[in-house]
Amino acid sequence: MKPYNCVVCIKQVPDTKKVTGEAMKADGTINRAALPAIFNPEDRNALEAALWVKETYGGTVTVVTMGLPAATAILREALWCGADRAVLVTDRKAAGSDTLATSYILSQAVKRLNPDLVFCGRQAIDGDTAQVGPQIGEKLDCAVVTYLEKILEVKDEGEGEQRKTFVTVVRDIGTGIETSRVQLPALFTVTEKFGELRPYEMRRVMKYKNAEPEILSCDDIGAEADRCGFAGSPTCVNAIQSVVLAGGDFKEVAPTDEGIGGLVAELIADHAIG
Amino acid sequence: MATDRTEGEVWVFAEQEEGKLSGIVFELLGKARELADKLGVKVGAVLMGSWGGDASSPLEKATSALFAGGADVVHLIDDSALKVFRNKAYRHALVELVKECSPQIVIFGATHMGRDLGPSVASALRCGLTADCTDLQIGDFTDKKTGEVFHNVLHQIRPAFGGNIIATIVNARHWPQMATVREGVMKPVEPKSKVEVEQRIVRHSSRLDGVEIPTEVVEIVRKVSSVNLKGSRIIVAGGAGVGSAANFKLLHELAAALGGAVGGSRAAVDLGYCEHERQIGQTGVTVRPALMISCGISGAVQHLAGMQDSQKIIAINTDKDAPIFKVAHYGIVGDLNVVIPKLIKAIKNKG
Repeated sequence: MKPYNCVVCIKQVPDTKKVTGEAMKADGTINRAALPAIFNPEDRNALEAALWVKETYGGTVTVVTMGLPAATAILREALWCGADRAVLVTDRKAAGSDTLATSYILSQAVKRLNPDLVFCGRQAIDGDTAQVGPQIGEKLDCAVVTYLEKILEVKDEGEGEQRKTFVTVVRDIGTGIETSRVQLPALFTVTEKFGELRPYEMRRVMKYKNAEPEILSCDDIGAEADRCGFAGSPTCVNAIQSVVLAGGDFKEVAPTDEGIGGLVAELIADHAIG
Repeated sequence: MATDRTEGEVWVFAEQEEGKLSGIVFELLGKARELADKLGVKVGAVLMGSWGGDASSPLEKATSALFAGGADVVHLIDDSALKVFRNKAYRHALVELVKECSPQIVIFGATHMGRDLGPSVASALRCGLTADCTDLQIGDFTDKKTGEVFHNVLHQIRPAFGGNIIATIVNARHWPQMATVREGVMKPVEPKSKVEVEQRIVRHSSRLDGVEIPTEVVEIVRKVSSVNLKGSRIIVAGGAGVGSAANFKLLHELAAALGGAVGGSRAAVDLGYCEHERQIGQTGVTVRPALMISCGISGAVQHLAGMQDSQKIIAINTDKDAPIFKVAHYGIVGDLNVVIPKLIKAIKNKG
């Protein structure tokens, strides 16, 4: 058995569950600075999947993120949990990247690492698009497995040059649960069902307390400028509207027998019930 | 096929499993019909699968259903490699088909399959894709930087940032314009009878010869769901304000009295009051029943996004300032433990 080279793509995201009044600017846009920046939840599950492979079969885990230098925080967290290597792709040219440009840049970084298994979270909570994972897979031209819930087995077949590795996985297909067998290299998008990320190891926290990631620019990874950032992004946000609830003119019904009896009579008359 | 890109068809990916079309396909056809009529072009449905040389394959029935649902043209790809969905096989066949036919718009359901295939195809074609749209419209777009005006482009509307904002996205330069669409938000068209429809079937090659597919599907165990929120005319939904799993039983009693289904907010699911498959909202299902009775739900935007198009909304909450009242038609400020039993009593008396 050979050690498997695992790469995990992770993202630092604003905690959209904590959007409050202060987080919304007067013009209805989001004040990202007012929100805590966190390790995207399902990317944590993706890291767990890679660490599980390493622990079970041997190998290495490299975490890669694209973002501002502040994203170093989540790369360190990954090191504390057991990742071996951390890579930060940071470049002004990457600013304004949509999912297509993001997947291009990340795929360029991932290619250099020559992975057997690539893991991504199913989706990031700031966009909920679930696009970057499959798009990296397409660019690597490898097997793509979405909604991964469980890895049953990683198995080598054949010897030397003829050796192939197959992974048997369980994934959610919405209408059911699928078991499939894929040949590596493969990219997996992982859901929370895979299980929570293991806790930090104190020893590693001490060791990598102030660890700095390897920093790469778009040039370093051979990314063409016209496929990065705004230039490489076909989608364009035409308008943003904050969700303002207008309404308010509901009919108030008294919480009494008479009030509720009247409501039910009205609903029957309207054919809403009955 | 289309020499001018504005002549391209509006395409719907007709997702099927075991020959059965996914319900969202008809919702997509309804929207595609509207978009295509506005553009003066045809609606094309793309049906991929394996007929296995069987003229009575359920895919034959699916083909007729696509015409009845609003398609002008059905593009068929029949290949044993397409029997079950596998990313690489479906991606390859669809990418080649798009290159051949140049549709101007391609829409997918935001199902597990659509969210797997759509991004992969967009990546290969290097075009834009907007995920989880709640509306699609045809309109003009002015590039603010260059001043260039694009006519009749697809405006892709979706909630973002946990439902706190609504964004309109366009991809004016890189066609086809692609989107995945949330389930339950678009309306199917009235089915047309056979005589009204001019059926035009175009058969295409999968172009999969020599393409290695690195995935083998070993087994699929179908989920048997007892919960049918989308198909329910009446839904009783509960939130954190219900207070306990025991109190949630009251909601089931009310739903039973009305012949409706029970749903919950994300908070109710997180607290273990109800199962995940009952979750209504941006990360759950989108519903638009004839009647929604919302109990102890404060009304976080992410929940409202999944239910605000209900025809009638009754909100029951102790907090008169709860945002849920802003989308409600009827509001009852009071304790649901008092209000719901009164409601059940009144329904039983009148019914």
